[in-house]
Parts: sequence; C-alpha cells; structure tokens
Amino acid sequence: MDETVAEYIRRTVLKIPRDEIKTMLQKWGFLSETQLQTVNFHQIKENISQDVVQLCEENSADIKQAAVLDIIYNHIYPNKRVWSVYQMNKTGEETEFFDLTEFKKKFKRRLRSALKNVTINFREYEDNAIWIRIAWGTPYTKPNQYKTSYVVYHSQTPYVFISASVLKSNLPLLCQALVVASNYRDIREMELRSHSLNSLKDIVFKRYSQNFQTYNPRPLQERNVAPESADLRIIQENRNEKERIQRVNQKVFGDGPQPKIEFAQYKLETMFKSDPKMDVLDKKEPFRCLVKFSSPHLLESLKSLAPAGMADAPLSPLLTCIPQKARNYFKIREKKGFFPGSFVSP
Amino acid sequence: HLATSLPLPSERDHLRPRIDLIVFMIDIKSKYSLQNVEASLAHVDANFFLGKVCFLVTGVGRVNYCSVETNAIWKLGEVYCSPVLFCELELEGIRVATAQRLLRMLQICAGHIPGVSALSFGTLMRNSADD
Repeated sequence: MDETVAEYIRRTVLKIPRDEIKTMLQKWGFLSETQLQTVNFHQIKENISQDVVQLCEENSADIKQAAVLDIIYNHIYPNKRVWSVYQMNKTGEETEFFDLTEFKKKFKRRLRSALKNVTINFREYEDNAIWIRIAWGTPYTKPNQYKTSYVVYHSQTPYVFISASVLKSNLPLLCQALVVASNYRDIREMELRSHSLNSLKDIVFKRYSQNFQTYNPRPLQERNVAPESADLRIIQENRNEKERIQRVNQKVFGDGPQPKIEFAQYKLETMFKSDPKMDVLDKKEPFRCLVKFSSPHLLESLKSLAPAGMADAPLSPLLTCIPQKARNYFKIREKKGFFPGSFVSP
Repeated sequence: HLATSLPLPSERDHLRPRIDLIVFMIDIKSKYSLQNVEASLAHVDANFFLGKVCFLVTGVGRVNYCSVETNAIWKLGEVYCSPVLFCELELEGIRVATAQRLLRMLQICAGHIPGVSALSFGTLMRNSADD
C-alpha cells in the first residue's frame, strides 16, 4: 500500500471522535467485521489509527477507498466546512430524466479533459443527494488529498452546495463540469454561505417554518403567553406591549426553529448623512462601510432580541428577510430617484 | 409593578396603588437600556426625586461586556439627585442582598420606619457614595 494512502487514512481516522470510529468504519465497509473485532477501540486514538492502517495494509487499500472514508466523515460532520450555494439555470425546455451514470461520466470526462491530476469520488445518499469529492492537483503534480472540494447536488433541484478548498482557482472548472454533466445552461453563485449544510438546504428548499398569512383580524384570545412568574404580587404594566412583540415576532419568524447561519454581511455604498454643521465629508461620494453580524446562531438571536428588550419590534427587514431572500450577503446602494433611501441590489 | 418604560399605560391608572419608590434598572451591557431610562425619566414628576428614585445598574459582573460608561451613570445619579446601586443578577447571593437593600429603601420611602424620611435617607446614601 502506498505510503501517502496509509498516512491519509491514519489522519482521517484521527479526525473522528473516538466513540464514533467503529461505526464509521462499519459504514465504510472496507474492513470486514472480523477484522474490526481485532481492534481495541478503547485505547488512545493514536494507537487505534495505527491498528486501522495495519488492517488496511492487509486489504491493500488504495486512494479510492480512502477517499470514500473521507466522504463518509464529511457527510456526518459537514459543519466543519463552509458551504456556498449555487443555482443552475436551464434553457427552459422539457425536464429530462436524470441519469446518474451519464452524469458521473460527463462530469469526470469534463474535469479530466482540463486537468488530468484529479481524484474524483461519488457517493449517493437516500435523500437524492449526490456527494462528489474532488482532490486537486496541477498539470505537474499529483492530486493533493488534503486540498479537497466537496459538492452536494440534489438531482431533482437546480441547487448545488459547494465547499471549496483554498484553491479557488479551480472553482470555474468545477462549475463548468457541473453544468455540462447536469445538462443545465449556466450556474451562478448565490449570496448565501454557512457552516450548517442542512440549514442551507432548509433555506433554499423552503423547509423551515414560514409564516403563512392567515386571516385573523384579532389575535386569538385563548393564546396565553405563559406567565413569567406565578407570584400574583408582580404586576406587568406593559403586558399589552409584550404580547404585541410576541405577535410581531411570530409573524416575522414563524413558530419553528430557524435555519442556522453564522454571519450576515452588509456592504454599504451609501452616502454619509451627517449633520450639515458637522461638515465631515464635503465630497459627495459614497461612504464605503461593511457591517457584519456574527453569532453561533444568528437567526435565533435576532428572534430573541425584541422579547429580551434589546431592540424594538419589528426588526429591520434587512435582517428578517434573510431566509426568504435566501441570502446573507447584501450590497446596499443609494436609491436613485426622488426618494432618498437605500435599496438592496439583487 | 414591572414596566419596560414610562409613561405607564393609562388604562390601568385606576388599578394602581400609590407609588413609593421607582427603581430604574440599567443593564450595563446595553446602551439601549440607558437610552430607555433617560427617555423615561422625563415622565417622572419632580417630587419623586426627593429620595423616591434610585438607579440600579445590573450586569456588572461581566466586565468584558460593558457597553455603558460608569461615568455616564454617575452623572445621571448626580443630575437627578438619586443614589446608584450596582449589582449582578446572575449571582444568587448578590441578587438576594440587593433585594434586601431595595426592600429596606422601600420601607423608608413608604414611611414605615419612624424617624427616617425618604429625603434624609437619600441624602445619606449619596454622601456616603462620595467618599
């Protein structure tokens, strides 16, 4: 077995939390059950990985099998990577029957015709997701297994989720191969990025709980905001206001859990509006400024701002439109026309 | 009675008892909280500032998250001639001690302690803070 393959397998096993190693190796299926029985999964990870490499040596593992283990790891822990969303456009004609073998063939052919040194692996999952792992090389060097890009494509949708590696220069080639293989016309990057792959899917497939307009002129009387304390000596003077905030929040955010994104970025290219007496900028050019919101779970924290008394309800639509518009990177320019204000570019 | 801002909603006026003490809570982690208190102060009758108003600053335990300058708060206390208390609600011991202090102040302001008036107690608190 190749030295580099052994090292790669060893490093991949080390990434896995110790309690999960056995299950993941079983999913991989490259080592037999009897072989797995011989490994003590309670020793330190360093030793476990050595034992696993030993067994792989016996089975003569090659890079293709090692790559499958890597896909399995990334499928279970996708949140370690940052994912961007891309949307493909068809010419608008009939929807063709999706042929998986054709797709794989065309993809590999297209990619290899431009760059010989790539390792390409596919793995299909039950939810119609096709995972593609690509390790990039250069015309002169072998593929670097540690510089990989991942693509998740749901064949019934025009959306592709890509986690590119540091080698951004290969992105156009990757996009081209996807378009050709899937019979679409072009592909564009959406302004939507996050660590949580499932949340990105929730947003573009509209799987999160949305607010549906129901005709209800007065709020339902039975809806009881749970009393914060059973002590009757505490009287909430602003109960009406609190309930209004709850209603507005529910209208905007819906009832269910929010998709998980970590950032929202607003690039402002608007004019600086200052007190005329301050005379800060006499040149009338746009004041370039970047506002970035970050949080372990941005949408949930926005949802709890008004009830916590930290912001007025309703919040700015620039913040609340994130799931509906399926974007978290915005460019705000000056609105040209009679009404001063700002307008969000598409 | 808990309120998020002043003035109090007028529809409950008839249900409210006499107000003996107003405690304005400022969260040191939120500038919004200070702004809210400053805006609400404008709605308080001048008579309350004779010892029946107090500022309670919360969240002082988390030094890294302070958004409001303590100078601004001291100044507020000076301008409105009212004492400023600091506390940390997340710690049970301090929470209980602060509650006991406020309760004591309330007893004085309501006139339940003979010989001590709200005004004299307020002056006492402010003078000791200057040391």
